[in-house]
Amino acid sequence: MRILLVDDEAELVSTLAERLSFRGIEADWVTSGEEALKQVEKQRYDIAVLDVKMPRISGLALKKLLEEKDPQLKFIFLTGHGSEEDFAIGSAEAGEAYYLIKPVDLNLLIEKLKEIIRT
Amino acid sequence: MGSLISWKPKFWNYYDVASGPQRQLFSFRKIWFLAVTLTAGVSLLPLIFITVANYRATQKGIESEIRLRTVRLVSNIRRSVTFFLEERQSAIWFITRMHPGKDLDNPSQLGLILENLKNSFGGFVDLGVIDADGKQRTYVGPYDLKGKNYGDQEWFQQVVQKGSYISDVYLGFRQVPHLVIAVKHGLADGSFHILRATLDTERFNHLIAGADSSDTGDAFLINHKGALQTPSRTYGAVLQDVPLPIPTFSPKTEVLEGIGQKGDPLMIGYAYIQDSPFILLMVKNKKNLMKDWNWTRLELIGFLIISVTLILLVILGTATYLVEQVFLADQRRVAMLHKVEYANKLSSIGRLAAGVAHEINNPLAIINEKAGLIKDIFAFKPEYQPEPRLIGLVDSIIHSVERCATITRRLLRFARHLEVSIQTIHLEELVREVLGFVGKEAEYRSIEVSVKVQGGIPPFESDRGKLQQIFLNIINNAFAAMEDGGRLDITLERVDENSVSAAFADTGRGIPEEDLKRVFEPFFTTKASKGGTGLGLSITYGLVQELGGSIRVESTVGQGTRFTVIIPLKYEKRNREIDAHTISR
Repeated sequence: MRILLVDDEAELVSTLAERLSFRGIEADWVTSGEEALKQVEKQRYDIAVLDVKMPRISGLALKKLLEEKDPQLKFIFLTGHGSEEDFAIGSAEAGEAYYLIKPVDLNLLIEKLKEIIRT
Repeated sequence: MGSLISWKPKFWNYYDVASGPQRQLFSFRKIWFLAVTLTAGVSLLPLIFITVANYRATQKGIESEIRLRTVRLVSNIRRSVTFFLEERQSAIWFITRMHPGKDLDNPSQLGLILENLKNSFGGFVDLGVIDADGKQRTYVGPYDLKGKNYGDQEWFQQVVQKGSYISDVYLGFRQVPHLVIAVKHGLADGSFHILRATLDTERFNHLIAGADSSDTGDAFLINHKGALQTPSRTYGAVLQDVPLPIPTFSPKTEVLEGIGQKGDPLMIGYAYIQDSPFILLMVKNKKNLMKDWNWTRLELIGFLIISVTLILLVILGTATYLVEQVFLADQRRVAMLHKVEYANKLSSIGRLAAGVAHEINNPLAIINEKAGLIKDIFAFKPEYQPEPRLIGLVDSIIHSVERCATITRRLLRFARHLEVSIQTIHLEELVREVLGFVGKEAEYRSIEVSVKVQGGIPPFESDRGKLQQIFLNIINNAFAAMEDGGRLDITLERVDENSVSAAFADTGRGIPEEDLKRVFEPFFTTKASKGGTGLGLSITYGLVQELGGSIRVESTVGQGTRFTVIIPLKYEKRNREIDAHTISR
């Protein structure tokens, strides 16, 4: 299982990646949509964890761009807003995807990752 | 007093506490005063001005007409008096020229002449001839005056100087008023004699008294000393003094104004009779003369009073009506403004809360991860000996982050309440769902709740969250108003093509009529002691408004209250400010 973490907060994604690696999950991280697009060309990933709100390319837009490059890729969204609204809009615009509210419970994230890999 | 208060327009005692420094702009009483003063001034001043001008012009016209009439009358009488005296003077003058001295010295001849004079002119009493020394040479008449010497008397000197003389009136021996006419005649030898005649003044009196009978005036003659020469109706008999100033000499007929003995205003016409000691006076009471004027004056004043009253009434009515209309419009505007302000305020708070929560969530997430990483390092790396105290500290950080996250989530939820999210609503289902929240309470308090649906209610689009809140507020209020064992009947009904209604009838204590009007006002509460904020129903009202619906309340004290909410089947956005998508994500 290989994960790509995308969030404009480098501190957050780098720490998250390190904590995942402690648990045996390989995770790379980038801090923008542009970098993410370059990164998927270098390396194949199973799941992309995207922040919904990012400068220039939003999480939802990035999902579409990444899907074009790798239709197999699965997604989990992180949101700071945490309202049901996001879920409603998310499910309509992004198809099936998980939403996790920041601050993220790491165990919950791992659980979701495993769930996605299983299906 | 009570009736006066009920007549007062609504704006009279209005004071807008919220109007701030521009408060004077909103003083409707001031606007009303200004409107009334200006319109009254503009309309009444010209009216009063014209009426006063007209009043004075009419008064002047009538006065000058009276004056003119007096002048004409006095002139007429003067002509008659002058003619009367001149006629007699001429007759005597004629006799002195027609009859030689010896005829006049003959008493029987003189007697004949006197007889002729009496017959042709009347009023002659006696006739005498006086020589240049002043001695009466011949005399015919009722007295024995032959030989009397007039040489040292003033009238004699005057005749000698002027050639003729008319005396003041005097009382003769029989207390009858007389006057004397004397004429000088120069003789061939250079000396002269004087023919002197005495007349009684009765005909004279007739002449003057007859003239004034046509009018309300009093006409009479006085001499230059102010003594009456003919009797006066007002001032008495001949030779009495008249209590009026002696008018100054004028060759023409004049009119002057004076004041009578009783303080009445008088109009006095006068004329000096030429070559005689007489002044003709005509005294009229001005009050009587102005009688016509008084009526005209009354009409003018009446007209003015009626017009002013009418104009004032119309102005007061119009100004009050207009200002009241402006006031009511302004009230509506202010109410609208307050409502929009309130909605905007809530919307701003919501936006702020959402923004703050979102911004804080990111650093919180970092703290959370960093703390998690520290914990991981202790857990996974053997070189870091597990230190229970440090692990505890990290756990405490993670716990605090969790608390912060709870707060930010709550804030975000509050903001979400201000947003409209449109969903398909099945009304009965929704009501039952809301009842689910209070099911336990109803059970404990053995409150019976029934839901009746009348007519088919189609699914419709509306804001689910708002409807839930509206129904929950009303149901909570109903529960609070009822004792244990009450009953709440909910009736859902199709009102017409465009709307449905939900009625909530409880068996609670009811709302007194004076409070009924105010239940939707913010901060109006009767439950203050039990922790009521007075916001529940006002928020409910606002929510119903936002959905484009309406809410009404009926209540009977002791029997219960019934709230009816009308909801439109078609949702229209009422207030863009509370649009979900303007809240930043």
